[in-house]
Amino acid sequence: MHNKSLSELSASLHNGEFSSVELTQHYLDRINAHNNNLNAFITVCDDRALEQAKAADMQLQQKTAGILTGIPLAHKDIFCTQGVLTSCASKMLANFVSPYNATVVEKIDAAGMVTLGKTNMDEFAMGSSNETSFFGSVKNPWDTNRVPGGSSGGSAAAMAARLAPIATGTDTGGSIRQPASLCNLTGLKPTYGRVSRYGMIAFASSLDQAGPMANNAEDAAMLLNVISGFDQRDSTSVERDVPDYTADLNNSLEGLRIGLPKEYFGEGLDPQVAATVEAAIKVYESLGATIKEITLPNTHLAVPTYYVVAPAECSSNLSRMDGVRFGHRCDNPKDLTDLYARSRGEGFGDEVKRRILIGTYALSAGYYDAYYLKAQQCRRLVSQDFTQAFEDVDVIMGPTAPTTAFNLGEKTDDPVAMYLADIYTISTNLAGLPGMSIPAGFVNGLPVGLQIIGNYFDEARLLNVAHRYQQSTDWHTQIPDAFK
Amino acid sequence: MSLDKTDVEKIAHLARLAINENDIPGYVRDLGNIFELVEQLSEADTSNISPMAHPLDAHQRLRADVVSETNQRELFQTIAPETADGFYLVPQVIE
Repeated sequence: MHNKSLSELSASLHNGEFSSVELTQHYLDRINAHNNNLNAFITVCDDRALEQAKAADMQLQQKTAGILTGIPLAHKDIFCTQGVLTSCASKMLANFVSPYNATVVEKIDAAGMVTLGKTNMDEFAMGSSNETSFFGSVKNPWDTNRVPGGSSGGSAAAMAARLAPIATGTDTGGSIRQPASLCNLTGLKPTYGRVSRYGMIAFASSLDQAGPMANNAEDAAMLLNVISGFDQRDSTSVERDVPDYTADLNNSLEGLRIGLPKEYFGEGLDPQVAATVEAAIKVYESLGATIKEITLPNTHLAVPTYYVVAPAECSSNLSRMDGVRFGHRCDNPKDLTDLYARSRGEGFGDEVKRRILIGTYALSAGYYDAYYLKAQQCRRLVSQDFTQAFEDVDVIMGPTAPTTAFNLGEKTDDPVAMYLADIYTISTNLAGLPGMSIPAGFVNGLPVGLQIIGNYFDEARLLNVAHRYQQSTDWHTQIPDAFK
Repeated sequence: MSLDKTDVEKIAHLARLAINENDIPGYVRDLGNIFELVEQLSEADTSNISPMAHPLDAHQRLRADVVSETNQRELFQTIAPETADGFYLVPQVIE
C-alpha cells in the first residue's frame, strides 16, 4: 500500500480494493514500528485518524467521496489543529491544544483526508536540520546518523520512510525544499499568498508559505489543488483563481527555456552534487528544453538580508508568547516583567532566542535604518534579479542545497554555517517566488535535489516541468532499504 | 561589528527574554558572528532603491466593518495558564 501514488490510492479506495480504515491502520502500524527510531512525529492521532477514516469510508460507500477522500496525511506541527497538540516543536507550546483549525487543516479535512499525526520540526521553524526541536532531533531515513534537513524535517523523514503518503510543510527560507532535497522528495513552496497562512504559526510573516511534501509531482499537484486559494482571514492571501494543477502535468517541454544562474554553481557547492544537478539538466535538454546561463548578481546578499528580515519579523511575531493567555508560564513570577522574561526564557530554545535577540536589535532605536531598512532595500535587489532573469527564461534551475545530508551535530555549534545550508533557497522567499525540489540522483547513497524556480503563480508550470522529468527518471521512486 | 555583554543584556531586556548568566558569552560570540555576516549588506549600493516590505508589494485589503467572529472567551481560556471570572491573571501591577 505504501508504494502507491495518491491517484493509485484513490482508485483503490474508490473500487473497494481496501478501505480507508485499512489504509490508515497500515500507516499507523508503520509509524508505530519506525517512529521511535526516526522521531518524525511529535503526536500520532491514532483514534482520531481511525474516526476520520471511518467517516471517509462512509462517503466512499455512499459515492459522495472526492478524489482525496480517505487518504492519510501528516501535518507539520506548525498548523493549528483543533483539539490536537500543536507545539511548533517548542517547550513554549508543549501544552498548546489548539482551539481552532488552520485554513490548510480545514481545507484538507473538508477534502476528506485523514490526519495521521503532527510531524516534528525545528522549533518555530527556525533551523535547517531539525535539531532545534524541543522534542529531539529527527533522523534521516537514508542514513540515521544524518539530519533530514529542516525545518520541515519530520514531514520529510516521515515521507522518506513511507510513514505517510503525503505531508504538509512550510517554507520560510527553504524549509520545504531543503529537507525534500536531503530526503529524496518532491517539495513545492508556492508563490507567497497562494496558500492561506491563517492558523499556521507565524515565524516571518512576509516569507512564510505552506506547501506539499510528496513522492512525486502529480501527488504534490493534487494536494496543492486542495490547499490553495483566497482566504479572507489572511490579509496577505491573494485573490486569484486556482487552476487545476494536474491539468498541465503532461505538457511537452519542447522549447522550454531553462536559466542556470552561474552564482548557484560556484564556490561552496559540493562537486558531486554539481555533477548530479548537471546530469539532470542534460535530461531536460533531451526533452527539448534549451539552456541559458544567466546571472543573479545579488545572490550573495540573500543570506545576510534574510538574517535581518526573518529575525525582525520573528521577534515581533513571537512577542505574543508571554505566558499570559496560552503556552508556558514560569513558576512564582515576582512581577509582570519577571513573568514575561522567565516564561519566555524557559519556553524558547537557543536558536529561537538568538533570532529574537537579532531581530530586537535590528529593530531597536538607532539601528533600524542601518539594518532593517537596508535589508529591505537589499531584498528588492535580490528580487529584481529574478524579474530580469524571467524576461529571458521560463524556469530557473540549480541545486536545492550545497551538499547532501550532513551528520547530526555537525553544524549545531556554528549558527552561521547552518544558515548557509539555505544559500540557494532563501532568495525565492525574499522575492516571493514559487520553488520546487525534486529528486535528481544520489551521491554516496544520499539524495540530491534539483531546484526549479518559477515566475509568480507559475506553480502549474513547475509541476509540469517536474512531472515530465519524473516520467523519464526513477530517482523519485527510490526508497531506503530499511523502509521498503 | 562586535557586541559585548552589556549589549546582549540590554537587547535581552528589550525582548523581555531572561537568559542565563552562563549563556551570555555564547550569545556574545554567536550574535557577533551573525552580525558579521549581516555587515556584508553595507557594501551593497542601495541608493535610489525603495525598501521592499512585502513580496508582492500588496496593499492592505479592507473589509466591511461587520461582526465576523463570535466571542469564544471560555474556549480560549481553557488553555490559559491562570484565569478567574473570565479574566487572565497576572502578578499584581498596581498597588
